[in-house]
Amino acid sequence: MGAVVKVHNLSMKYHSINSEIAAVENINLSVEEGEFVSIVGPSGCGKSTLLSLIAGLLLPSEGQVIIEGKQVIGSSHQVGYMLQRDHLFEWRTILENVVLGLEITHTLNPETKGSVTRLLDTYGLADFKDKYPNQLSGGMRQRAALIRTLATDPKILLLDEAFSSLDYQTRLAVAEDIYMIIKRENKTAVLVTHDIAESISMADRVVVLTRRPGSIKSVYNIELSCDNRTPMNSREAPEFRHYFNQIWKDLDVHV
Amino acid sequence: MFMFDKKRTISKEHMEFLMKVRQRKILILSARILILLAFFLLWEVMAELKLIDSFITSRPSRIARTIGNLYSEGTLFYHTGVTCFETVVGFLLGTIVGTVAAIILWWSNLLAKVLEPYLVVLSSLPKIALGPIFIVWIGAGTASIIMIALTVSVVVTILEVLNGFLAVDQDKIKLVKTFGANRLQVFTKVVMPSTIPVIINSLKVNIGLSWVGVIVGEFLVSKAGLGYLIVYGGQVFQLDLVMTTVLILSAAAALMYQGVVYLEKLLMKNGRYTSDKIE
Ligand SMILES: Nc1ncnc2c1ncn2[C@@H]1O[C@H](COP(=O)(O)OP(=O)(O)O)[C@@H](O)[C@H]1O
Ligand SMILES: [Mg+2]
Repeated sequence: MGAVVKVHNLSMKYHSINSEIAAVENINLSVEEGEFVSIVGPSGCGKSTLLSLIAGLLLPSEGQVIIEGKQVIGSSHQVGYMLQRDHLFEWRTILENVVLGLEITHTLNPETKGSVTRLLDTYGLADFKDKYPNQLSGGMRQRAALIRTLATDPKILLLDEAFSSLDYQTRLAVAEDIYMIIKRENKTAVLVTHDIAESISMADRVVVLTRRPGSIKSVYNIELSCDNRTPMNSREAPEFRHYFNQIWKDLDVHV
Repeated sequence: MFMFDKKRTISKEHMEFLMKVRQRKILILSARILILLAFFLLWEVMAELKLIDSFITSRPSRIARTIGNLYSEGTLFYHTGVTCFETVVGFLLGTIVGTVAAIILWWSNLLAKVLEPYLVVLSSLPKIALGPIFIVWIGAGTASIIMIALTVSVVVTILEVLNGFLAVDQDKIKLVKTFGANRLQVFTKVVMPSTIPVIINSLKVNIGLSWVGVIVGEFLVSKAGLGYLIVYGGQVFQLDLVMTTVLILSAAAALMYQGVVYLEKLLMKNGRYTSDKIE
């Protein structure tokens, strides 16, 4: 089991005319194959920046990101990105939406289209292939967005507050749903969130970031005594509170 | 799920509600027709009773006769056709040229920044003032008229569409970039389709502007078209002809606008282009 992603002494600054903002500072992190890592931190601490750096959408000021042994120098389809809102294109049907990545990478052929269609079938969207996004519920839209991300068969999934646009109940259900799919498809994932409970409930490991410039404050290996590890069951585990309190203290929230 | 209507029987209360909605619709429609009829009737009666001077106001019966005359001379469809043709070509060209220019400016940030002050000046300039110049350059004919119509709408289109391009959700662009999209793909997959509603809207604005450009152009060129008939009628004090032409003009303009509205409906069917705007 090798590391899928290695982040090495990573720092990044934004430049504007009046100032220079250090968004993340000296981050070291490696994510093993099949692992689910959560990154929590207060808003504005550089979480999205970190994901953009891993995805190659931004280039670091210092340090490097290595995916599967190769340094990241631009966006690559090794990485699948899920954003806060599903951003399904309202002018495309669900099927047309989920093949977007295949279109862009010029890998849309009967074979890949077939496997995407199978994913839609497996995850209950078979009847919605030819529907438009506004005909789907929030949870289904998020599921379609995940399938769009999985379609290009990325090595690692990056989820940027992927559930935070949903209302609380839907959010729990969708987190459960997405977690199951990620596990079933055997994907490595990094979830970014400011929701402590969400970060613990899904992760094998939680990385806590400091306020801006974000650097790693602490790391917790999440070991919960529950039989069937799902986000919902995790919340019931006796150790859950312990992790929650620890991370809460680390985040040092002031009102 | 919630989209699939189940067959269900309509309750009495709902039936009554639907009836009320229908009655209201009928009421509105009849009121509209009534206003139109009353207007023409009043006009005719006042002219008949010599309350108004029909030499300078004309009257519906004479307008009807004028239409008949124009029709039998074969000039009715000719002049209407010429004007409609110029308008359609003018507003299509204005929209197309404006959109293409907007694409170029979106593509090159630097160019957009450099040209910004010129665009501002051009957009505040009353384009009609350029009419005589075009006539000298291109000749007194259809080409000049179309050129005027195009000039009137093109700058607004550039600014509107460019703003539409720039207003596209950055996260949508980020999404396609995560798949490794290049600039062309960003444009064709996200920016252009997101901006279709803006472009259709500028179509609606342009059609009005194009009418203005074409009528003024025909005033200047004075060879054919409804604009020509209006100036001609005014010069020879034939108010019957002027009023008739204005009425035909309003009908043609309204029809063409409805055509664009219909096109819009066609393009936006299935509720596409609505979901994200409402959110
Ligand atoms: N394009 C940018 N230019 C300048 N500053 C930025 C830019 N994007 C983000 N920032 C700043 O960098 C910091 C980190 O942003 P971000 O990574 O989005 O935080 P998070 O996702 O944790 O909320 C924020 O304080 C933000 O103001
Ligand atoms: Mg963020």
